[in-house]
Amino acid sequence: MEYFLQQLINGITLGSVYGLIAIGYTMVYGIIGMINFAHGDIFMVGAFVALISFILFALTGISLPIVLILVLLIAMVFTACYGWTVEKLAYKPLRKSFRLAPLISALGMSIVLQNYVQAAQGARIKTLQPVIQGGFNFFKESDFVVTLSYLQIFIVLVTIVLMAIFTLLITRTDLGRAQRACEQDRTMTALMGINVDRTISMTFIIGSSLASVAGVMFVMYYGVIDFYIGFLAGIKAFTAAVLGGIGSIPGAMLGGLLIGLIETFWSGYISIEYKDIAAFTTLVIVLIFFPTGFLGKPDIEKV
Amino acid sequence: MGKDLIQKSLKDSLFTGIIALALFGPIVGLRTVAKNEVLVVEPKWFVVLLIVAFCAVGRFFINIYTYKKEKRRGESSSLGKAISNFLDEKGAQIAIAAIAFSIIFPFMPFADRYWMDIAIMMMTYIMLGWGLNIVIGLAGLLDLGYVAFYAVGAYSYALFAIHFGWSFWICLPIAGLFAGMFGILLGFPVLRLRGDYLAIVTLAFGEMIRILLLNWYELTKGPDGLTGIPRPSFFGLPFKRYPDEGVETFHTFFGLEYDPMQRIIFLYYLILILALITNAFTIKIRRLPVGRAWEALREDEIACKSLGVNPRNTKLTAFAVGAMFGGFAGSFFATRQAFISPESFTFIESAIIVAIVVLGGMGSQTGVVLSTIFLIGLIEVFRDFESYRMVAFGGAMVLIMVFRPRGILAKRKPTITMGKHG
Repeated sequence: MEYFLQQLINGITLGSVYGLIAIGYTMVYGIIGMINFAHGDIFMVGAFVALISFILFALTGISLPIVLILVLLIAMVFTACYGWTVEKLAYKPLRKSFRLAPLISALGMSIVLQNYVQAAQGARIKTLQPVIQGGFNFFKESDFVVTLSYLQIFIVLVTIVLMAIFTLLITRTDLGRAQRACEQDRTMTALMGINVDRTISMTFIIGSSLASVAGVMFVMYYGVIDFYIGFLAGIKAFTAAVLGGIGSIPGAMLGGLLIGLIETFWSGYISIEYKDIAAFTTLVIVLIFFPTGFLGKPDIEKV
Repeated sequence: MGKDLIQKSLKDSLFTGIIALALFGPIVGLRTVAKNEVLVVEPKWFVVLLIVAFCAVGRFFINIYTYKKEKRRGESSSLGKAISNFLDEKGAQIAIAAIAFSIIFPFMPFADRYWMDIAIMMMTYIMLGWGLNIVIGLAGLLDLGYVAFYAVGAYSYALFAIHFGWSFWICLPIAGLFAGMFGILLGFPVLRLRGDYLAIVTLAFGEMIRILLLNWYELTKGPDGLTGIPRPSFFGLPFKRYPDEGVETFHTFFGLEYDPMQRIIFLYYLILILALITNAFTIKIRRLPVGRAWEALREDEIACKSLGVNPRNTKLTAFAVGAMFGGFAGSFFATRQAFISPESFTFIESAIIVAIVVLGGMGSQTGVVLSTIFLIGLIEVFRDFESYRMVAFGGAMVLIMVFRPRGILAKRKPTITMGKHG
């Protein structure tokens, strides 16, 4: 029971991280119908920016809450630049091209980003000293003490706040309306006087900044990153997006949570060596048996 | 007009500079280095300054150039089109010349060990590209996990050869069979998925195979890999300097001096023959009903269904045949290296093979050769800049897609036409 509770806490934390990345996949898929293969690497860049700024702020001695807010903002701004540039360079020229072209271009971009960060920052793993320490302990008298760390609370809270802001953005603002319109029919939206290019750019900027927040959390939670983390995290987040129904934003969050839980329970109860297989198997099973996911719309093929 | 343009370009290049600063500032400019177990930041502002200046100036000139080009739009002529037209006319002669060149290649004066190794590597990739071309180019199924079949071929060859001592020529078909069976096994559940979903699922399968190879220690020795894989022999004559007592070797049988190059040249011809078989098979099968069904399925699945083509079985054959050739190439790889480990079968290998097929122009056999020479050559040229070679590789992928989305040889010759000029 205590062990189960601990796994549940860990799973929800991990799920928040995956959920934030999954939103980027789902938004881009919804609006231009492509899998943004480089999104996982954008997340990795976010983690690196966070790492660098944590190291720099450690020298200044600013108090912790301000540092956290500053790091989040810095990571969001710089990573959003990456998302925007990737879209402009690699996807925009291919928007009217045939189906596989953007996917291959995204694959190339993912290779570029990974190896560029490797070249610039070195191939060795980077460790960050814990930023937030301590937490609550439950069941102190039993054999297994359940820990809910402040860091985990912080991660889940930030995720909830961001989700709330983001949901408001999509449902209440002009930008959100334009985005939803582009998802339905891009030509028609353009005829209504909406700048489609700008809307797509904004989608990438929002998706990348959410991924960068996930990166900040990742580097704080695990304390270890390298240039390769984006690959696995990207596939898992994509699985989350598919599980929740690709194109659906609440679905992405739900899917992220589920993938986080599946992964932690699998490594807690079955086998830690094969924990990545858990995510892959889920992906395959979901795609075969419920290709529309939980909250997705069925994909009707017209002749 | 001219002044306006310059002003606009300047503004634009300033903007580019700012973006470039934001992009490269933190990642390139602030390198994290471990000092006494603690990470510190090492500034590298000069490099950033150079990159930013390069981006801004580059943008300025591109602006001016594209403005000039816009004035004379319409007379666009591209190199790729010229190449594909030329190949169309002289296709057969060029193919013969290329094959003839590859046959005499080992006896060229410059063909030393280094060049032979590169040639063997390129041939392996060409063979993999031709194998994958059946899946992607003909059947239109984007398979991002092709390396899994390469791995299955390599491991089954290695295991059979080590544990049973079977010779290369027995293990080769077995390895192909195993890989083909894996193709059917993996393809069965996933082949009704749509294009990009299929891509991700095959990618996941590729990674699953790799994780399995890493963790199944009893069979695969995990990350340590398998060593001592037997070398192939020339119809039973081994390539050894000091053979066991009473065993005839290649050089004693033919009365030659022993030379390690003999084995390399033999390996080269081996992969050349395997690759040419793959190519001949593809060319032949395109004309057979199943090959035509593949191409029809690629163009329009619904129309195919209504004409009575079973999409699942047709796709499965393509997947299995492609996997089988991957398995052949894998067993060649195992026998050439004499050592295999899961390290050799990472996702990046799949990405390279997919890039070779797609950048060459899907379905074009010549395109595979051209893009292999280009991409593998690019990786070779950047060999001394270890960490930049994959950046260059990925960049080339993006650039080719942006400028020629259908690949270098984009023009696809119809396999079948109505009437003489149809």
